[in-house]
Amino acid sequence: MQSTSPRFRENAGEALRDASLQRALRNIPTGFIKKRQKAADRMPEFEDLRDAARDLKNRTLANLDFYLEEFESKVVANGGTVHWCSNAEQAREAILCICRLVGAETVTKGKSMIGEEIGINDFLEENGMTPVETDLGEYIIQLRKEPPSHIIAPAIHVNKEQVAEAFFEAHQDLDADRNLDQPTALLAEARGKLRERFLAADVGITGANFLIAETGSSVIVTNEGNGDLTQILPRIHIAIASIEKVVPTLDDASTLLRVLTRSATGQEASVYTTFSTGPRRAEDPDGPEQFHVVLLDNGRSEMMGTEFQEMLRCIRCGACLNHCPVYGAVGGHAYGWVYPGPMGAVLTPSLIGVDEAGHLPNASTFCGRCEEVCPVRIPLPKLMRHWRELEFRKGNPAIRFRYGLKAWALLARMPWLYRRIMGLAMHTLAGWARGTGVLQKAPLAGGWTAHRDMPAPEGATFQNQWRAHVARNRDSGT
Amino acid sequence: MDTRDRILGHIRKGLGRSGPVSSDEAAALRAGLANPKPNLVPARSQVDRFDQIELFVAMAEEAAATVDRVGRLEDVPKAVSSYLASQNLPSDIVMAPDESLDTIPWDDRGMLSIRRGVPEPSDEVGLSATFSAIAETGSLMVTSGPHHPSSLNLLPDTHVVVVREDQIVGAQEDGWVRLRKSVEENGGLPRTVLFITGPSRSADIEQTLLMGAHGPRRLHIVLVESRDSDGGA
Repeated sequence: MQSTSPRFRENAGEALRDASLQRALRNIPTGFIKKRQKAADRMPEFEDLRDAARDLKNRTLANLDFYLEEFESKVVANGGTVHWCSNAEQAREAILCICRLVGAETVTKGKSMIGEEIGINDFLEENGMTPVETDLGEYIIQLRKEPPSHIIAPAIHVNKEQVAEAFFEAHQDLDADRNLDQPTALLAEARGKLRERFLAADVGITGANFLIAETGSSVIVTNEGNGDLTQILPRIHIAIASIEKVVPTLDDASTLLRVLTRSATGQEASVYTTFSTGPRRAEDPDGPEQFHVVLLDNGRSEMMGTEFQEMLRCIRCGACLNHCPVYGAVGGHAYGWVYPGPMGAVLTPSLIGVDEAGHLPNASTFCGRCEEVCPVRIPLPKLMRHWRELEFRKGNPAIRFRYGLKAWALLARMPWLYRRIMGLAMHTLAGWARGTGVLQKAPLAGGWTAHRDMPAPEGATFQNQWRAHVARNRDSGT
Repeated sequence: MDTRDRILGHIRKGLGRSGPVSSDEAAALRAGLANPKPNLVPARSQVDRFDQIELFVAMAEEAAATVDRVGRLEDVPKAVSSYLASQNLPSDIVMAPDESLDTIPWDDRGMLSIRRGVPEPSDEVGLSATFSAIAETGSLMVTSGPHHPSSLNLLPDTHVVVVREDQIVGAQEDGWVRLRKSVEENGGLPRTVLFITGPSRSADIEQTLLMGAHGPRRLHIVLVESRDSDGGA
């Protein structure tokens, strides 16, 4: 996928002006955030499960090479094939090669972020095949010809009127006067259309939430059942997964599933959790004849041994996106590549380079909510700060940032001057607010005041108040 | 150097090793894979059998499955036909060719028309047994094989599953214990192990929850009481 991450500032500006996007984003707090909290509160062991999840991912990463080799040997023992791919191009070629072997025309797809990372749909289309996304959200954005804006709710930025518009445009064989006002009508239409595709498909591609070294299984988690139909009905099942998806045992997957579903959608369990091992057995009445795992590195192995190794614990639940004030304000597309929000701000520079994605680690208020909710306790703010430091050392930030930071450092080292200037600034700002308590404009803060009022300082500075507080206590003899 | 070696090489370099783990370490790690141990299992499901059954029913219903409890296997056909009638569904059923369903007297009342095998796209009702059932989440744990086409869980609009009380275990980890035992007795792993928790759904349009996305709109569980004489687990 082509990145627009260098344009983050412009993208974010456009997103803030997009009224329909802003309406869609307002659903997040009442949806995902509340549901996650309820599910976490209901599980007394939730915090301990997060520790267990973190520890088992760390244990796996500490011997990642061993577990990948074990996984491969189990896949082969069960009659499947593993294709190791260093980069997106190798992964696309491996998939194309498999599809061509069976003369594939229709290729159904379950939701996969790796599929987005390697841009598999466009590539298959260029090569004369018809890739069909089967997750409802992914199907909607495929029709709208746009990338996902959320890692578990790809069409979260789309309103139902826009879905109807896309369906009228795409399904022209249906009655043009049909009523698509209600989400139920939209779902029914998608179900009917996609059923035809499932039955026609030659190859089914799914992602994998986990790969199991113990058994050579790939695991997918869905609520719709599209992933299962994608991998049961065609002759070939290709699972595409990145190297950090491997975990040692089935029991380890069970632990991660408990924190994944709660963190992602607030569910006790997803509707369908599927462990697939090898192709159909000789005596099986259905299932694919071939099972391939396309195992993608794409820069991840180089994160091993660096401060960013912790990011490889990520299980792609999306909780950090849902809880991020920046994501909540600008949505996913502004980030300009596959992975948005805090996890994207850390991962994207590792995968496509800090020169390309340097803006993303800066798109954070460092409020820390992402780390608070991360099911595998990735210190996302710390990792974003690492990127900022690396970027600074490379000399990337603009001159005005460097001078700004220098001026701040100078001031911070001279407390008397700092106090003077702060006192003066507060006095001036309070005066500009004319007792209203808010500022609609402030010098050097246009980026803030363009979208919201700035609270004006009231009363004395903290240090003055503290001095007065201490003096009062002394006087009253306590 | 091929791609595989290059990727493994990068990982090893990052881990501060020049080659694979030592043979002693590999043996220890392999032993861990051969004798898997559960991590933290929540207390919720680690209760006595009676409570596990109640928990399974409550959690399955919470996930929008319907549960009908019957006393004996002989009661299953009547329970199935009344359920289908109550939902205005046809009495034509595609049924898994599962031996465990053979002890049910399907012909008794002649109300159901049953075909055994793989579902066709036109089949509206599928019926199967299950490998096990998970109390913690109200999930069915079904395995694919000659006894159970995997498309039967997904293609028909309505999925009816016959579960015996003694098939209910506490947590997914307890299900893995049963699966490993069955693999030891009957040979390799099944192609698919699927956990089903309620009927299919999607919230992809404006986060509004809608039932029946691609899989079944209805999941109906007929839970058969197990008496001690039935042999338990």
